[in-house]
Amino acid sequence: MTVAVVVFPGTNCEHDVVQALDAVGVGAELVWHRDEDLGGADGVVLPGGFAHGDYLRTGAIARFSPIMNPVTDLAAAGRPVLGICNGFQVLCEAGLLPGALVANRDLQFICRPVEIEVTSKKSVLTAAAHIGEVLRLPLNSYEGNYVAPVDEIDSLEASHRVVLRYHGENPNGSTHAIAGLASAAGNVAGLMPHPERASEAVLGSTDGLVLLESFAASLVPA
Amino acid sequence: MSLHRTLGMTDDEYALVVDVLGREPNEPELAMYSVMWSEHCSYKSSRAHLGRFRHDQDQVVLGPGENAGVVDIGDGWLAALRIESHNHPSFVEPHEGAATGVGGILRDIFTMGARPIALWDPLRFGPLDEPHNRYLMSGVVGGIAHYGNAVGVPTLGGEIEFADPFSKNPLVNVMALGLMRREQLVTKAAAGPGNRAILLGNSTGRDGIGGASILASASFEDGDAEKRPSVQVGDPFAEKKLIEACLELFSAGLVVAIQDLGAAGISCATAESAAAGGMGMDVDLDAVPVREQGMTPGEILMSESQERMLAIVAPGAVGAVLDVAARWEVPAAVIGTVTESSELRVFSGGSLVANVPAASLSEDAPLYRRPVERPRHQDDLWNDAPPLPEGVDAGKTLLSHLGDPALGDRSWIYEQYDHMLFLNTVVEPGHDGSLLRVKGTDKGLAVATDGDAVRCFLDPERGAARIVAEAALNVAVAGARPYAVVDNLNFGNPEKPEVMWQFTETVAGMAEMCEALDLPVVGGNVSFYNETDGVDIYPAPVVGMLGLADPMPLQPPRLDRAEEGMDLWLIGHEGGDDFAGSAFSRVTLDHVGGRPAAVDVGDVLAIIDHCVRLAQAVPVLHDISAGGLAVALAEICIRSGVGAVVDCDDWRLLFDETPLRVLVAAPPLADLGIDDVLVQRIGVFGGDHIDFEGAGIVDLAEATDAWYHALRRPLSVVG
Repeated sequence: MTVAVVVFPGTNCEHDVVQALDAVGVGAELVWHRDEDLGGADGVVLPGGFAHGDYLRTGAIARFSPIMNPVTDLAAAGRPVLGICNGFQVLCEAGLLPGALVANRDLQFICRPVEIEVTSKKSVLTAAAHIGEVLRLPLNSYEGNYVAPVDEIDSLEASHRVVLRYHGENPNGSTHAIAGLASAAGNVAGLMPHPERASEAVLGSTDGLVLLESFAASLVPA
Repeated sequence: MSLHRTLGMTDDEYALVVDVLGREPNEPELAMYSVMWSEHCSYKSSRAHLGRFRHDQDQVVLGPGENAGVVDIGDGWLAALRIESHNHPSFVEPHEGAATGVGGILRDIFTMGARPIALWDPLRFGPLDEPHNRYLMSGVVGGIAHYGNAVGVPTLGGEIEFADPFSKNPLVNVMALGLMRREQLVTKAAAGPGNRAILLGNSTGRDGIGGASILASASFEDGDAEKRPSVQVGDPFAEKKLIEACLELFSAGLVVAIQDLGAAGISCATAESAAAGGMGMDVDLDAVPVREQGMTPGEILMSESQERMLAIVAPGAVGAVLDVAARWEVPAAVIGTVTESSELRVFSGGSLVANVPAASLSEDAPLYRRPVERPRHQDDLWNDAPPLPEGVDAGKTLLSHLGDPALGDRSWIYEQYDHMLFLNTVVEPGHDGSLLRVKGTDKGLAVATDGDAVRCFLDPERGAARIVAEAALNVAVAGARPYAVVDNLNFGNPEKPEVMWQFTETVAGMAEMCEALDLPVVGGNVSFYNETDGVDIYPAPVVGMLGLADPMPLQPPRLDRAEEGMDLWLIGHEGGDDFAGSAFSRVTLDHVGGRPAAVDVGDVLAIIDHCVRLAQAVPVLHDISAGGLAVALAEICIRSGVGAVVDCDDWRLLFDETPLRVLVAAPPLADLGIDDVLVQRIGVFGGDHIDFEGAGIVDLAEATDAWYHALRRPLSVVG
């Protein structure tokens, strides 16, 4: 069981994600954005950073990188695909998740721990968590404000695809305080906060482990 | 005006160029000398004094002179550190000026073979009630965030001060830390005739021409907006790719040497690299990728376009180097060859456009022993002690201090910086020193930056000694032993004898305290000409202190770990009435005068030892600095969400800023194991007030509100 961690030029959280996956017993290999395949990986993580410098628009160039073809195929095959922060933005641009992430309400970069509530278990990201569980996870983004058309939001809510929501304060103005969501089948998921940054007590929190463990469990073939 | 004067060169310096070359220089040659002999590049006014700093201790691998200082932290790891200023560019264009400062310091680190792992940004601005100062600060912080976050290197803090003289000359300093395995160390010396020089990174444009000589080595006058084209424009994405490509080149052993392109661009990098190797170099400007048509040879040579490196590569490795660069999507071009002659020869269109002895650009630079004179006003300043009032309400005074932008919550700044990337950050910004773990070892690295411009104005020697001691204490309370120092000496116009007095006194004070702590100074930067309209800044030395925590405390002290029922202790030195240059003088009295106390060198090592030891055990260990005991305690109470009752009926002991004092929160009846310096239980944590029995009381919620909005309130006002 291995996970491919995609590296675009400008990606910077790839080593952190590999380390955190290792902590939950998952082996991971870095794949370069020009690669044409995922090396037989059972799942994919698109980590945080600034793919292609975030030029034009976050994720707008990354969706055209060759690696996105096998990522899209893997998603279509029902295998787990996770986007963290910039990876979430790329998934939205690539059409693997609906909506988009725009600039924070206060037009400032936000790097601090925030509280996130688990609102649905219907995803590879939250299957092992409990609904109502509140996690403390670092947020680290300028474009973390989730937007989508009203009917799309209604449909996401009705189908329990909003899997994580900011708890208490809404730090970036995200619609319905959405912090993470999933595809209809639940195998593709994206979130703005960084679970890998909350994976060791010495770093201040281990609340991210439950999400990474969910993802790890989802790698086992059905 | 003659060309050399336009380029910022004196007539005597021009004569020296003619002497070195044995002929008149042509235009590109003169441009090269003007930049390489500028104050910024040659340290011509400061060099004579910098020999006072020692760097011969065992842990030092490379001291000043390379792109960054390097120290051995054990277990096969080396740490590279460096500090720089980008003051004038940030005044002209705050966002890009600050951003490119970050880019430049990172290149200094990865040029050594190290991966940059953290940044710090000491900043100085004028008071925030001026709209222009708010514009400058917002722009600078935004520029640091934009570049640092996107380039993928966390920013772990810095420090900030506000004072009038910085209104027209803000200071933007930046410190970086890198980590490498011992065998990865690379230097700039271009050995081996026949080796190729490969230019890596961005294409070369007209941006930033004369940045070092025009911006960094001259004073300012109002209306200097026309200098804006001399500010470079940064591209963090290009730098990120360049970092990854270079680190891969180093680990594959593909480069002989490498040098970053900073001030004076290609001319400086080729000359420095060749001279360091005792070689010469032939450079072909036609091979340089340019981003605009019609650039003259002089412009290509002098351009300070960012995100470029010059790698020296054996002929057989050129193909492999170009392949690595291509994989990371980094432009690369062979632009030169190392030669046995000692000359830097530059060709364009097949003809020789410059031919100078490579070493002359650095080694023959002028050296000035500028006149030094103690300012006439100095005695008046010392005699003008702060007029302390009789009765002071400590509660009200504390509230006004907490609401002051220099004393309140800094999270408005550091929450705009990614300070967690790489999963190393154990103590984040907002504490005394930041602490990073070194993965795979039991060690940690603590870093603090410190400055104190007002005290350095009042007494540069004592002020400078105090910031070294304070920085040492800041890493010690994170559990780290002070290990190495870099310094950034920000001063006014060195042609004024009074400014040179401030400078030499500062160097003396810093050198003395580093000596007392047996601390090597492994690098530094001197920024002169911080003068606008004839007004010099306060002397503003800044130190960057690296501490080694071995072992790193797994639960290091933090400001937010005090709990109801814990005892509050004061350790270190007796308090006194050290108010000259204090926050109380500034905030309450609006007064600048008097003579700050000296640091007691005899106690400093003992107090640091106690802090390093206690950091393994106690939940809170907090250095007392600006705002005195009252502000230090309030920071603990606010961050921990618990009040305190303090047995102190003399307000002066609450706001006095006698150095070398530390607050400790510890479970009741703890034995701190101290018998050689002051140790005194002065209160207990609990309740929802900060209660100085008899001297005043503050509601914790009110204190928290004032502190939280100290920066947010002024900076949310649109300028």
